[in-house]
Amino acid sequence: MAGAVRKAGQGWRQLAVGMIVPIIVIAVWQLAATLGWANPQMLPSPLAVAERWLAYLLPVQPYSAEQGSWLAWAVSGELIVDALGSLYRVALGFAIGAALALPLGLLMGASPLVYAWFNPLMQLLRPIPPIAYIPLSILWFGLGNAPAVFLIVLGAFFPVLMNTIAGVRQVDGIYLRAARNLGASGSTLFVRVILPAAVPYILSGVRIGIGTAFIVVIVSEMIAVNNGLGFRILEAREYFWSDKIMAGMITIGLLGLAIDSAVNKLNNYLLRWHRGLEN
Amino acid sequence: MDSAHISVAHVSKVFQTEERAVVALQDINLEIPRGQFVCLLGPSGCGKSTLLNAIAGFALPSSGSIVADGQSVTAPGPERGMVFQEYALFPWMTVAENIAFGLQIKGLAKAEINATVDRLLAMLSLSDFRSRYPKDLSGGMRQRVAIARVLALDSPIMLMDEPFGALDALTRRNLQDELLRIWAELKKTIIFVTHSIEEAIYLADRIIVMTYRPGTVKRDLMVELPRMRDPAAPEFNALKRELGQLVMEEQQRHHNDELRMAAVD
Repeated sequence: MAGAVRKAGQGWRQLAVGMIVPIIVIAVWQLAATLGWANPQMLPSPLAVAERWLAYLLPVQPYSAEQGSWLAWAVSGELIVDALGSLYRVALGFAIGAALALPLGLLMGASPLVYAWFNPLMQLLRPIPPIAYIPLSILWFGLGNAPAVFLIVLGAFFPVLMNTIAGVRQVDGIYLRAARNLGASGSTLFVRVILPAAVPYILSGVRIGIGTAFIVVIVSEMIAVNNGLGFRILEAREYFWSDKIMAGMITIGLLGLAIDSAVNKLNNYLLRWHRGLEN
Repeated sequence: MDSAHISVAHVSKVFQTEERAVVALQDINLEIPRGQFVCLLGPSGCGKSTLLNAIAGFALPSSGSIVADGQSVTAPGPERGMVFQEYALFPWMTVAENIAFGLQIKGLAKAEINATVDRLLAMLSLSDFRSRYPKDLSGGMRQRVAIARVLALDSPIMLMDEPFGALDALTRRNLQDELLRIWAELKKTIIFVTHSIEEAIYLADRIIVMTYRPGTVKRDLMVELPRMRDPAAPEFNALKRELGQLVMEEQQRHHNDELRMAAVD
């Protein structure tokens, strides 16, 4: 209990220490803007960015009861609509990518024959960055969510695939020996021993895959759709709204951080039995 | 004495490496009666673990035959439960789940599984740890779980591969006493691999000293000391001296072999 209290105290202290450098950076940035060292069109002041971020976050229309519920109005701001749009594409693309990668990875990890069939093709496709698929994705799917999701699927697919294969192939032989000694074989051995033993690898693939999906969603929104955080910062450039570009970028950073910590929390929970937690 | 519970006949095992063939076991013959506690003793490289793995069914012999409990050994199985030095507990399962694993594979009813798990948790003083994961347990506790997991199978034969080798001296003695208590209660046939002479004398009805490559039976002797044995007793130490001599001869051969190999490189 005392340990937990001290730990929490250390957490706050660590947070305070971690805020020092950002505060200095923002102060210098504000000073530079106030003293007119930089063209505000190129480098808007932090205050201007914060103001713009708030305007981006808040609803565009004033609240009126006949248009719907208060909650719907509260989340009608452009930022929230954009963030939800980006999140939706990440979630859909990642779900499809992982749903394809997981079974293939399990098969390739478990069966040398399947591995021999698929590995050369996968090794050839893997180094092609999802961004290189942009021309093809527009040719195939036109504009809209479809090409964006296609790119995200590609971005999520390979990290999950590679880690699943590695996870299944690197199961410690001692677990297999013990399980066979206890009478397990075939599908029981796979489901109850090989699969859980591979879970730490698979989850680290999931974390990398979601990170990649988030990078790809921003790029794909710049080319294929007309909402989402990636679209919004490119749109802001057309109008020379540098403060809005930066407000959008900060939102991307915050959302990325939130996704990664959520995935990390989930991983830690799922791996509570595991000896060396990554974080 | 009734017919042998485990019978090893003309068993040889040859490992083929790139440069040469290593004869790990050469014409081993053993008849082990039901309920006997047998220790396989020898330096590393003498084939004692190879013999145990052959009896377990993990690595079948190159020639010869093994019959256990009336069945020819062809694959590993729950009739010959094994306790490993590395514990080999499934880290994603709790203590209770680890013990229940073999029973679930057998397809027993849930109530029956729970009753067995409860009984074994109590028998091995693990009741307070049933929902813990192996990573939260000490080495001694982990090995208790591994023993409980094998006992759950209710097989008449228990194989143990240096199970207490990684434990500190006090924990080790504690678990040795526990094992003797369980063995006396459940009357299992135990084959226990160790390189500790004292451990072998403390535990075994019968000690089989093995030679370094090729692995053969160097000495097969019955320990006639009354139980519980006192490691400080003169008879205990006389036996320890005698066995120490035998094991050291083989250890010396092992050492010379290593020097020769180094010279070749």
